[in-house]
Amino acid sequence: MSANQVALWYLVASVFFILALKGLSSPLSARRGNLFGIIGMTIAVLTTVAIVGKGRVELIIGAGLVGAVIGSIVARRVQMTQMPELVAAMHSLVGMAAVLIAIAAVGNPAAFGIAVPMPTGNKLELFIGTFVGAITFSGSVIAFGKLAGLGKLFRLFSSAPVVFKGQHPLNLVLAIVMVGFGTWFFLAAPESQWPPFIVMTAIAFVLGFLIIIPIGGADMPVVISMLNSYSGWAAAGIGFSLNNNMLIVAGSLVGSSGAILSYIMCKAMNRSFINVILGGFGAAEGAAAESTDQKTVRSGSAEDASYIMGNAETVVIVPGYGLAVARAQHAVKEMVEMLQEKGVTVKFAIHPVAGRMPGHMNVLLAEAEIPYDIVYEMEDINSEFANTDVALVLGANDVVNPLARKQGSPIYGMPILDVDKARTVMVVKRSMAAGYAGLDNDLFYMDKTMMVFGDAKKVVEDMVKGLAH
Amino acid sequence: MTEAIDPTVINLTVFVLAVFVGYHVVWNVTPALHTPLMSVTNAISSVIMVGAILAAGPVEIEFSSVLGALAVGLVAINTFGGFLVTQRMIEMFKRKAPRAKSE
Repeated sequence: MSANQVALWYLVASVFFILALKGLSSPLSARRGNLFGIIGMTIAVLTTVAIVGKGRVELIIGAGLVGAVIGSIVARRVQMTQMPELVAAMHSLVGMAAVLIAIAAVGNPAAFGIAVPMPTGNKLELFIGTFVGAITFSGSVIAFGKLAGLGKLFRLFSSAPVVFKGQHPLNLVLAIVMVGFGTWFFLAAPESQWPPFIVMTAIAFVLGFLIIIPIGGADMPVVISMLNSYSGWAAAGIGFSLNNNMLIVAGSLVGSSGAILSYIMCKAMNRSFINVILGGFGAAEGAAAESTDQKTVRSGSAEDASYIMGNAETVVIVPGYGLAVARAQHAVKEMVEMLQEKGVTVKFAIHPVAGRMPGHMNVLLAEAEIPYDIVYEMEDINSEFANTDVALVLGANDVVNPLARKQGSPIYGMPILDVDKARTVMVVKRSMAAGYAGLDNDLFYMDKTMMVFGDAKKVVEDMVKGLAH
Repeated sequence: MTEAIDPTVINLTVFVLAVFVGYHVVWNVTPALHTPLMSVTNAISSVIMVGAILAAGPVEIEFSSVLGALAVGLVAINTFGGFLVTQRMIEMFKRKAPRAKSE
């Protein structure tokens, strides 16, 4: 195959990747979008194998098959509640692969069609691809640990922020030292380029760990989007060093997608990206729980709650991370059906940062076969709460805290679901413990609020029993 | 203008335009599909498979071939895992079944 033919095939693949993302604009076209993605990837891989031609194709196919089998099994087995962990794990693979490819390119530039000795421009691009890849890898490993709840196994995986004195200056110094070694690597002759390259890569791995450990569990939607973005930039960086436009296009698509998602998540928490990345939210806010005067809470049983809901005209359910932890989505579906049979209009209200990754709640509800047209985004449903009989909060806290409207509160300005405007509010919660932000929630003390204590799944199952009577 | 354009400049051109395309396409993605968006972009970022294949390709097996093969394996997990799990998720999104008791 001539170089021009290869470039044209890569162009076709790039167009398919763009179409793949375009397909996700609606659930109706999403399936076709994913198919476009698969076609694009197939073209890309086959074209590249054709370039290798009489080379070690068997080695490539063998390694590819092993990966394909593992990937297929994982994709089939994974629970929908585990999607954030899976995505974090996959980011780490892309990061690691980028590093391996960069090392291979330094060792054998001729295999990639790079001039020997390698020009400084290619070295710069390899440096960028390597350190972004390394940070993506180690950062994703920590994110995976935090999301999978491995904190008991290893302290750095704790979902609470891991902070220590001088953390940020240390990161800054490491970053500068890394750039220093990178510069040495550009200037070094081919025979002495390995030491600076290895040190630089090692520092990048350490930096990845250090950047993610101070970020707490509920900020994971931002982290996971950010790492998604990094894995894209790493691919684009490798594309620059290989002069491969398809890699650049695909990498940029992924990079900008992750960046936009991070932006949406930050905006939904009314926090700046820098604020999230510097981490430690909640740990430092000791002064938050200042008013511990006796406030009374009205609590009720699941049965009472089901009676009220059964007699309501409209019920809006607000799911949160607690629903995912309790794996209550299927029980919720059963409850929704029973309510609908009684003629109650049921809707779902999703806050953008509900759950541990963007869109997490939508997938869980879809898994339970709850039709997506009764699931609403925050801005579409907020005006309806005033006309809602019952708002049922299932394992959400900060995203329904009216304190966000009060000037001076730590979460002031964060967009929330206006649950408190509903005629009756029911909150299913395990205890009165504060949410991630460490704030008391006035919603729980309102006269029209009924707290139903217990595990979300257990409570919803009891509600189903109550409705059956 | 007879001198050849440096490939890096061409790369940069493609990069900037692709970021614009990505920006516009991604803003059109419905928030309900943000999780599938992440898994599919993840699968797409495994195009670095191309680099891994080139590294593993040369006839003489060297250190770089081993790294390449390893990278092919890792990335293949991503490619298959990413696209298949996206497929699984997308198939779950269903509209309301026509209900007998509508209004």
